[in-house]
Amino acid sequence: MGFFLEVLIGGVMAGVLYSLVALGLVLIFKASGVFNFAQGAMVLFAALTLVRLMEKMPLPLALLATCVVMLILAYLIERLVLRPLVNQAGITLFMATLGITFFIEGFGQILWGSDIYKLDLGIPKQPLIILEKVFDGGVLVSSEDLFATVVAGALVIVLAIFFQKTRIGRALRAVADDHQAAQSVGIPLNQIWLIVWTVAGIVALVAGIIWGSRLGVQFSLSLIALKALPVVILGGFTSVPGAILGGLIIGVGEKMSEVYLGPHIGGGIENWFAYTLALLFLLVRPEGLFGEKHIDRV
Amino acid sequence: MFYREVGQFKSTYAADQVIFPIRQDRYFVWAVMAFAFLGVPLLASQYLFSAILIPFLILSLAALGLNLLVGYCGQISLGTGGFMAVGAYTAYNLALRIPELNPLVAFVLAGGVTTLVGILFGIPSLRIKGFYLAVATLAAQFFLDWVFSRVRWFTNYTPSGSINAPQITFFDFTFDTPLKKYLLCLGFVTVFALLARNLVRGRLGRSWMAIRDMDVAAEIIGIRPLYAKLSAFAVSSFFIGVAGSLWAFVHLGSWEPLAFDVNRSFSLLFMVIIGGLGSILGSFLGAAFITLLPLFLNQLPAWLGIPMSTALISHLEVMIFGALIVFFLIVEPQGLARLWRIAKEKLRLWPFPY
Repeated sequence: MGFFLEVLIGGVMAGVLYSLVALGLVLIFKASGVFNFAQGAMVLFAALTLVRLMEKMPLPLALLATCVVMLILAYLIERLVLRPLVNQAGITLFMATLGITFFIEGFGQILWGSDIYKLDLGIPKQPLIILEKVFDGGVLVSSEDLFATVVAGALVIVLAIFFQKTRIGRALRAVADDHQAAQSVGIPLNQIWLIVWTVAGIVALVAGIIWGSRLGVQFSLSLIALKALPVVILGGFTSVPGAILGGLIIGVGEKMSEVYLGPHIGGGIENWFAYTLALLFLLVRPEGLFGEKHIDRV
Repeated sequence: MFYREVGQFKSTYAADQVIFPIRQDRYFVWAVMAFAFLGVPLLASQYLFSAILIPFLILSLAALGLNLLVGYCGQISLGTGGFMAVGAYTAYNLALRIPELNPLVAFVLAGGVTTLVGILFGIPSLRIKGFYLAVATLAAQFFLDWVFSRVRWFTNYTPSGSINAPQITFFDFTFDTPLKKYLLCLGFVTVFALLARNLVRGRLGRSWMAIRDMDVAAEIIGIRPLYAKLSAFAVSSFFIGVAGSLWAFVHLGSWEPLAFDVNRSFSLLFMVIIGGLGSILGSFLGAAFITLLPLFLNQLPAWLGIPMSTALISHLEVMIFGALIVFFLIVEPQGLARLWRIAKEKLRLWPFPY
């Protein structure tokens, strides 16, 4: 039982990290209808920028500078890619974000170098042992993961408040519901997109910090976008709670399958397990957990 | 005045149903075919065959298959690489385990097996649409990747997981030189392009397009989505399976599961989008563009005489590639085939003002 709990907790924490990346995807999809494949590349770019800036300046300054860089990136994407492509089909925009992915990956590595960098923000690394009284030997929890979970949770709460309570958040939701209607009541679409891409960039920075301090800042960070995709379709493209819950389900499912199913059918199944899980789920609920139900009329 | 259909009367039903109804198109296609079959073998070098023409032809075939699914039926698929792998490994295992089987027959059978796999992974398309489907097809990609790298039977228990394809012989004729391989691929591509062209203007293709344009409306006028969607998956997978077996046997020779990873799927989707969704010609233009671009970018620093480290070149290549993709999408979101159509439209009057 103790072991089961350990796997479960490990899964939940991995899931929170997936949710962090998925969150960026959902934000952008909600506000602009763009399925942003470049989120993973943005995670890599943000983490690389932070790591290299930290060599030259203290941490708070570097964080601030990275946020500014992400803002500039968001501005450039909005101005150079999204604005000319407005009103194009979703698949075209998706392809454009694939192009952005390539561009950012190449550009980031030219600008900041392509080695593996160690990111150390002084996050405690000692594993904790909890529930020693209940189970024999207790349950092992990585404090790094715990920290990540707390950060992710805080971020979600902040975003939820931002979306529900602030003026900009309400404008964002209006744009998400209907571009044209939002524009006709005087919401500036271009500014909204800029804000949303900046927020997504900052979410990418947080994800980059946490993933980067676990794995080191390296090219493979870019690939976690592929991990976040099943999370998003499981939770529903348009739902922030969906991204969180989807991440948890995928995280737990992945760890459970690796531990309990993996040995029977050969290892390495975590690459496709999440996708298959999401796929089976979609067969029952085609819009994901919390996605908006789409009704077609002829 | 060069592309006028004025004066071309159709007086028989056969004339009304020809593949290219306009005479200029017909001449043009014949000229291209003659050049590909006769001109290119005389002119091209060994390098041109094996580095550019053969990959271009095989990828065109795969892009053509994908275009039938994405461009004509509107079902986005990101599992193309996986389906190519199915074709490659099926052909390999057929050739290995039934030695008397002709490899060319094995290619077609590999296409058949890929069809079955494609139908299986096409079933979710009956429930889910759009991006949900795109991500769902990634499940096929990752699952197939995993199967071919983990299940040792498929790779005949080779320790490294990489396999060598046997030579392709047709009775006593061995396809060993690049020229012969090129002609083999060209033959396949010609037959399949003809097949695709006829499929999309027939009943099946029309039902695909109806589903693409609006599936609910199509269902109401009596098109069965189950039949239309799964047949699109089936036909498309058949094309892709054959392309996969050719890619493995003719182009690569020896390969690892990595040869068919998710990047292959993305690059094929790029070809289809940049070439033009729902256009046979577009598949070829897109394949040519995506095949040539990296080669061109690779050579560019050397031509310009700027010394650069290889790491910088490869990063720069990726960066320019991405930027060009975005650029092309902005300039012509409907693909290169649309530019071709515009050019033909202009040629109706040009050089006269009206």
